[in-house]
Amino acid sequence: MSLIYPRDGLSAYPKHLTPDYKSTVKRSPTKPLILMPHTLSEMTGPIYGHNAIEENDNDLTKQFPGEPLGERIIVHGYVLDEDKRPVADSLVELWQANACGRYVHLVDQHPAPLDPNFTGAGRTVTDKNGYYKFITIKPGAYPWGNHYNAWRPNHIHFSVFGHSFLSRLVTQMYFPGDYLFPFDPIFNSVTDERDRARMVSTFDLENTIPDWALCFRFDIVLRGRDKTPEDMH
Amino acid sequence: MSELTPSQTVGPFYAYGLTPKGRAKWDPNGHYAWKETIGDNLITADVIGDRIRIEGGIYDGDGKPIPDAMLEIWQADGQGRYSNEPGSRNLSNAAFKGHGRSACDKDGVFSFDTVKPGPVAGPNGTMQAPHVVVCIFGRGMLRQVYTRLYFDGEAANGNDPILALVPADRRDTLIAKKNGSTYRFDIHMQGDKETVFFDV
Repeated sequence: MSLIYPRDGLSAYPKHLTPDYKSTVKRSPTKPLILMPHTLSEMTGPIYGHNAIEENDNDLTKQFPGEPLGERIIVHGYVLDEDKRPVADSLVELWQANACGRYVHLVDQHPAPLDPNFTGAGRTVTDKNGYYKFITIKPGAYPWGNHYNAWRPNHIHFSVFGHSFLSRLVTQMYFPGDYLFPFDPIFNSVTDERDRARMVSTFDLENTIPDWALCFRFDIVLRGRDKTPEDMH
Repeated sequence: MSELTPSQTVGPFYAYGLTPKGRAKWDPNGHYAWKETIGDNLITADVIGDRIRIEGGIYDGDGKPIPDAMLEIWQADGQGRYSNEPGSRNLSNAAFKGHGRSACDKDGVFSFDTVKPGPVAGPNGTMQAPHVVVCIFGRGMLRQVYTRLYFDGEAANGNDPILALVPADRRDTLIAKKNGSTYRFDIHMQGDKETVFFDV
């Protein structure tokens, strides 16, 4: 059967069942997934226009009357498909903990301060070159209950839509050189070192703004339609 | 070697960023400053078709609800058209977009208000029975899981090329049960009633 979005690249993704990350044990499918051809239903997907986004949705330091606390950073990059073609008009949403490692969520009871000027949610749409940019605060590490003395490395959650429902991606952006990497089962659920490296942003001195903000570059690569798609009909 | 950016879990705390609607109590200031972009009500003023509600729960291997799961759906309109099909991209802003997102509540329950999709072309000149593509995200899910919702009592289900790939004794897990204009669709990640998930 013809698969128009190649599946080979998905080997970079974690396995559903990754026992070191305990929550996967009861939440991953146990029966084999059923291989299916890609129909119109999978090959189409939502497209987002300018109406979805308002001013400052991509600047998390300007959403409240005061400035949030912490290290101000710029996070930017390109959304590309696996053949390095830009993915334009792609909705990029992010959410994250504040500088102290706390989320704005009732269930997050980590005894760290909440910041009245920061909630950690942002969104933008890529331009014709697939480019996006956010201004935010570097998130803090925080403890979690997976195992004794478990702490998440600093990370920002990303949600990205390609142009089909097959290129939908939710991932996490990490920061270079994090000392918590070796201990984190979510980061290490991606077993290949080179695959893991693509979740780590690079420090971007060139685009740092002197006296104002450091900058990190994070390119996101989504599944792409095969260069020579077979005729569906 | 693959060049793809690997998938990671959506985590338990996505609600503020992705599904702010109805979650006001989670804001420390007692309100949400954030706006909903993708919600669980797909109905637009000019949409044509049978209005339906999709409702269900999601359960783990112990049969416990998964309160921090999130569902996204993608579907054709009542005429079987997708909003971004070539030639359909200029649908007006009020037109049916076909995309929805629902957070699960403390009981693992999700819901969508939408229209029943029309039939859509399938592979090799076949037609597919009306269906909704469902994507499940959640804490403990390192990559999203794909399934499909089909409709109870739909004669076309018997000829659907994708349902035909599913062993007969498991097809029932993909059929939403009708009750008036509401269709009930429960998702079991594991166990005797494990929902069929697709490798796409």
